[in-house]
Amino acid sequence: MEWEAPGIILDLRPLGEGDSVATVMTEAHGTHRGLARGAQSRSRAALWQPGNLVQLRWVGRLEEQLGSLTAEMVHPAASLVMEDRLLLGMLTAACAVAAGALIEREPQPVVFGGLLRLLARLPAGPQMLNEHIRWELSLLAALGFGLDLSHCAVTGETVDLPYVSPRTGRAVSTAAAGVWRDRLLPLPAFLRDNSEGDLPAWRDGLRLTGTFIERDAFGSHHRPLPQARQALYDMVQALAEGRS
Amino acid sequence: MGGPEIERLVALLAKLPGFGPRSARRAALKLLQQPELRMLPLAVALAEAARATKACGECGNLDSRDPCSICADLHRDRHLVCVVEQVGDLWALERAHVHRGLYHVLGGTLSALAGQRPEDLSLHPLLARLEAGGVTEVILALGATVDGATTAHWLTDRLKSFDVAITRVGQGVPMGGALDVLDDGTLAAALRTRRAV
Repeated sequence: MEWEAPGIILDLRPLGEGDSVATVMTEAHGTHRGLARGAQSRSRAALWQPGNLVQLRWVGRLEEQLGSLTAEMVHPAASLVMEDRLLLGMLTAACAVAAGALIEREPQPVVFGGLLRLLARLPAGPQMLNEHIRWELSLLAALGFGLDLSHCAVTGETVDLPYVSPRTGRAVSTAAAGVWRDRLLPLPAFLRDNSEGDLPAWRDGLRLTGTFIERDAFGSHHRPLPQARQALYDMVQALAEGRS
Repeated sequence: MGGPEIERLVALLAKLPGFGPRSARRAALKLLQQPELRMLPLAVALAEAARATKACGECGNLDSRDPCSICADLHRDRHLVCVVEQVGDLWALERAHVHRGLYHVLGGTLSALAGQRPEDLSLHPLLARLEAGGVTEVILALGATVDGATTAHWLTDRLKSFDVAITRVGQGVPMGGALDVLDDGTLAAALRTRRAV
């Protein structure tokens, strides 16, 4: 058995002195693991970094085997953002969430396409947080936990929707929120009107998607939200509050 | 093959870095052929090293003294502290004779994906050294990997409250490296960190 496809390196676990078990993602094969021989070696370590976009080749004697992976660099996304703490945080958070939340070997073309675009355009700057949050929404939808932000869950209104119910994942209008507004999650405007957003809005967006990713994507498997994703939220919160 | 003693020796040797079952058998055979010349002195050296070696309480280096011979050396520049991931990195820098200051061994890197957390790293001795004063520059000599860069950003954040310059080792074209054989990531880093000449 073998396949070849463009893909994204999501995670690497050292195996022995020079090899790693890599988790990668492709459009047709979803997240997929394989043995990456020499991934820790001096000559291959730069390629086998999370976030890099590569041309992958997987070979295994049987479909269900771990198999082995080889790769050629297509776009060195990791090395392009290493200098920037926020961009690096976005890269590690996106890779950790994809590696942990998606079901192995289940194709997720929309999630793959979104992650590919996100990683390829990360050097554009902090405004990529906008795309990062939208990608997390698409991931939730692909897993069957999509949020309904189009109309109010209580009144059916389609305007003035500043909140989301943490229980149902549906938007709530100001009028319907009433005295329960403190229990609801803020819905940043950029997710409704396609505007650019700013740091406080991105913080609220990360809080929104993080709540559901933690509860539905990871909590259902009794696993915590990845540390990298929590670190990204903390970083954006500190920036939004002028602490960093 | 030989008895259980030899099997055990081969099994233990095979666990060492760079060794596999075949090379472990070859090494064991070489040792056993002339035990007085190679094996017994090696056994004594191993026992002595195991008994004497300890981690330096100040920098984390492995030495028979605590503080280690580097920390105790009064001729070293005590204004400079170079932070490295592992003892092996410290030894590599010492071998190259390129750093005449002190060191701090973190004991790893933060790994967002593998769950290596700040509390898993050795940071307090470094903070104590900075609080004691006298250090003017901290050099971050961490790997050019996603984990190394994540750790460097985190350390920069933790150390910014101290009145010290925080620098980082350069990245890019290695000595003797031709551009056409370098990987794309190294080339990108080399161009990004270019400097005026």
